[in-house]
Amino acid sequence: MSKKTSYQLMQGNEAVAEGALASGVSFFAGYPITPSTEIAEILADRLPESGGKFIQMEDEIGSIAAIIGASIGGSKSLTATSGPGFSLMQENLGFACLAEIPLVIVNVMRAGPSTGLPTSPSQGDVMQARWGTHGDHPIIVLTPSSVEEAFHYTTKAVNFSEKYRNPVIVLMDEVIGHMRARVNLPPQSMVERINRVQPNMPPEWYLPYERSANGVAPMASFGDGYRYHITGLVHDAKGFPTANPNEARDNIRGLFAKIERGFREICLVDYELMEDAEHAIVAYGSMVLSARSALEQLRKSGIKVGLIKLGTLWPFPRFALEHYLPQLKTVLVPELNMGQIYREVLRVNAGKSQIEKINRVNGTIIAPDEIVKTVKGMIR
Amino acid sequence: MISNSQLVNKYFRHSKKFPHIWCPGCGIGTILGNMLRAIDNLAIDKNDIAFVSGIGCTGRAPVYVDFNTLHTTHGRALPFATGLKLARPELNVLVATGDGDATAIGGNHLIHACRRNIDITTIIFNNYIYGMTGGQYSPTTPHGDKAYTCKLGNIERPFNISALVEAAGATFVGRTTSYHTLQLQNIIKKAIQHKGFSVVEVITHCPTTYGRINRRGSAVEMLKWQKEVAVDKSRADKMNPKELEGRIVTGVLIEKELPEFCEQYDTIIEEAQNQAKGKLA
Ligand SMILES: Cc1ncc(C[n+]2csc(CCOP(=O)(O)OP(=O)(O)O)c2C)c(N)n1
Ligand code: SF4
Ligand SMILES: [Mg+2]
Repeated sequence: MSKKTSYQLMQGNEAVAEGALASGVSFFAGYPITPSTEIAEILADRLPESGGKFIQMEDEIGSIAAIIGASIGGSKSLTATSGPGFSLMQENLGFACLAEIPLVIVNVMRAGPSTGLPTSPSQGDVMQARWGTHGDHPIIVLTPSSVEEAFHYTTKAVNFSEKYRNPVIVLMDEVIGHMRARVNLPPQSMVERINRVQPNMPPEWYLPYERSANGVAPMASFGDGYRYHITGLVHDAKGFPTANPNEARDNIRGLFAKIERGFREICLVDYELMEDAEHAIVAYGSMVLSARSALEQLRKSGIKVGLIKLGTLWPFPRFALEHYLPQLKTVLVPELNMGQIYREVLRVNAGKSQIEKINRVNGTIIAPDEIVKTVKGMIR
Repeated sequence: MISNSQLVNKYFRHSKKFPHIWCPGCGIGTILGNMLRAIDNLAIDKNDIAFVSGIGCTGRAPVYVDFNTLHTTHGRALPFATGLKLARPELNVLVATGDGDATAIGGNHLIHACRRNIDITTIIFNNYIYGMTGGQYSPTTPHGDKAYTCKLGNIERPFNISALVEAAGATFVGRTTSYHTLQLQNIIKKAIQHKGFSVVEVITHCPTTYGRINRRGSAVEMLKWQKEVAVDKSRADKMNPKELEGRIVTGVLIEKELPEFCEQYDTIIEEAQNQAKGKLA
C-alpha cells in the first residue's frame, strides 16, 4: 500500500501475502493449516480491499480446484498450505500442469510424514514438490531463505506462472514462515508484474494450445469471447482429447520444452565467497542462515569455503555446481530431511568432488557449529 | 422451437471429431440436448456460458458443445466452477456430473456448494451406476440391485440425491427423467434462471452396464420404466407414503430465495474498501 520504500518488521508468511498482493494476485482459496494459516488470514482481509476475492474451501482438494477455476477466469490465483494439504492437492496440481494453468501454491513445510510435527521446521517436501502428482511433468519450485526473499520469490512465482503457464510452488520452511525480520520492500508500483499473454487473433483462428515461438500458447480467459475446451486428458492444439501418439508426444514434450527454454531465467542461485573457494556448502531455506554463520567462522580460521544458495530447487540449477566443481575439493549439503537435494548434488557431481551431508528429521534445525565441525572433519 | 438440425448447427463443435463416445441408447445425449434447448430458449449468448464437468461418461458432455468448456477431475467440477464463478460472476456456470462424481468422490464439494448458495446450475445425471468404469455400484445404486462389484446384490442403502441437496441447503431442486424431455427442458430453464445454487437430478439409463446386469432390457424398456415410476409433485403431494413406494417424484421440488454467495461477496468488497478508505483518511 505504501508509496515509498520503507523498513518494516514482518514475518515470512506476511511477506508472502504482501508479495502476492504486489504481484497482482486477486484470488485466494484455501483451507487453514499450521504453519501457513497467517497467509490465508491476511489475504482474507486484504484481497477485498483491492477488489480481489478470498474463499475458504471445504478442503485442499477444493482449494486448488477453485484457484484453477479462477485462473481460467483470468484472475492471478494463489493458495497456501502445509504438508497434509499439499498431499491432497496433488491430483489437481497435475491437472494444472497438463492444462497449463498459471497458479501458485505456497507450501510452508512442517515435519512429516502424515500429521508429523505440526509446528516444527522441515524441508521434507522437496521431492514431493517435484514428483508428487502422477505422470511425467515439469514443475517450478522456488524456496526463499529470508523474509525479504519470501516477498520477492512470491512475486517471481506469480510472474513465472503467468509467463510459462505452469503451476509454481513456493516451498518455505517453518523457520522462514514464522521468522520476524526487518525488511525493506519496494512499493507495489515498483514490483514487476508479468501477465499471461492473451490471444489477439479473431476467436475463429484461436488454437488454445498452439505454442508461440517462446513455447507457450496465449491463454484466453473464459468469458472473453474465445470459446474453447480445457481438459485433463492429453489433448491436441485445439484442446480436444487425443490418443494419437504424435499429438500426445507433442503435448507432453511441449510442457518440458517451455520450461527448458526458460531454464536459466527460472534458476535463482546466489553465490557467496565462492571465487576462491575450495569447499562449498550448498544450502536453501533456513539452512542458509546456519551456513552463513558457519561460513564466517570457517573463513576466520582460514578455510576457503563458500556458499551456493539455491533459490530454485526445480528445475535443479545444475550449472551452479558444474561451474564450481572443478575448483572444489569438498561439498557439504545440510538439509532438514534425509538428503533430498544431496542426491541431486551427487548426480551432478558424478564422482568429481567429495560430497557430504548433514540431515535432521527431528523437528530441530542444524546449528552453525555442526556445519563448522563437519566441514573441518571433511578437510582433515 | 429450435429444430434438431438447427440445434446441431448452432451448438455442436464442428471442429470436434465426432462420433461421440456414448453407447447407442444412452440417456446422456438426451439430457445434453435438452440442456441446449433450455439455453436456446433463454437466448443466452454462447460466450456467456461456462460448462464444467467431472469425470465419467457424463463428464464427457462439455467437449462436444460450443461454450467455454472445462472437463476437470473426478468429483471436483463444483470447486473448479466455484473459483471460475467468483472470478467471472457474469458467466452462467453449468455443471454436468454423474451420480458417482457428484455424490461419492465429490459428495463433500456438493453439500458445501449447496450450503454456500453460489449461483451455479448443477445437473446430476443419475444412472445408478459408475458407467465409465464398467458398472460398479454407486451411492445411488438401489438396495438389492446388482453391479459388477456387488453381483449378489447391493447391501448399501442409496442416497436420495434431491433430498440430500435439499437438506444441504440448495435453494432450487428439480427432479425429472430422461423420458420426460419437456419437463427436463423446463426444469433446466428454471434452474438456470434461479439466482443461487440449483440442482437438477435427472434419472437416466445406462443400458450397457446397469441395464444389462439388472436385466432391465433395452434402452426403450428402461425409458418406459422411467415413465411408469415417475409421478409429478402436484399428484405426489396428494398421495400417501404407501402409494409413493417405488415411485420417483418429479417436478420442481424446492424453490426459495436466499442471499447468493457472489452478491454477498460484493458487499464484503464494498465494506472492506470503505474501511480501508477510513483508515487512510
Ligand atoms: C480419482 C479417480 N478415481 C477413480 C477414477 C475412475 N473413474 C472414472 S469415471 C468413474 C465413475 C463415474 O461414475 P459416474 O460419476 O456415475 O458417471 P457415469 O460414468 O455413470 O456417467 C470412476 C470411478 C478417476 N477417474 N479418478
Ligand atoms: S456406459 Fe452407460 S452411461 Fe456410459 S455411455 Fe454407455 S450407456 Fe451411457
Ligand atoms: Mg453414473
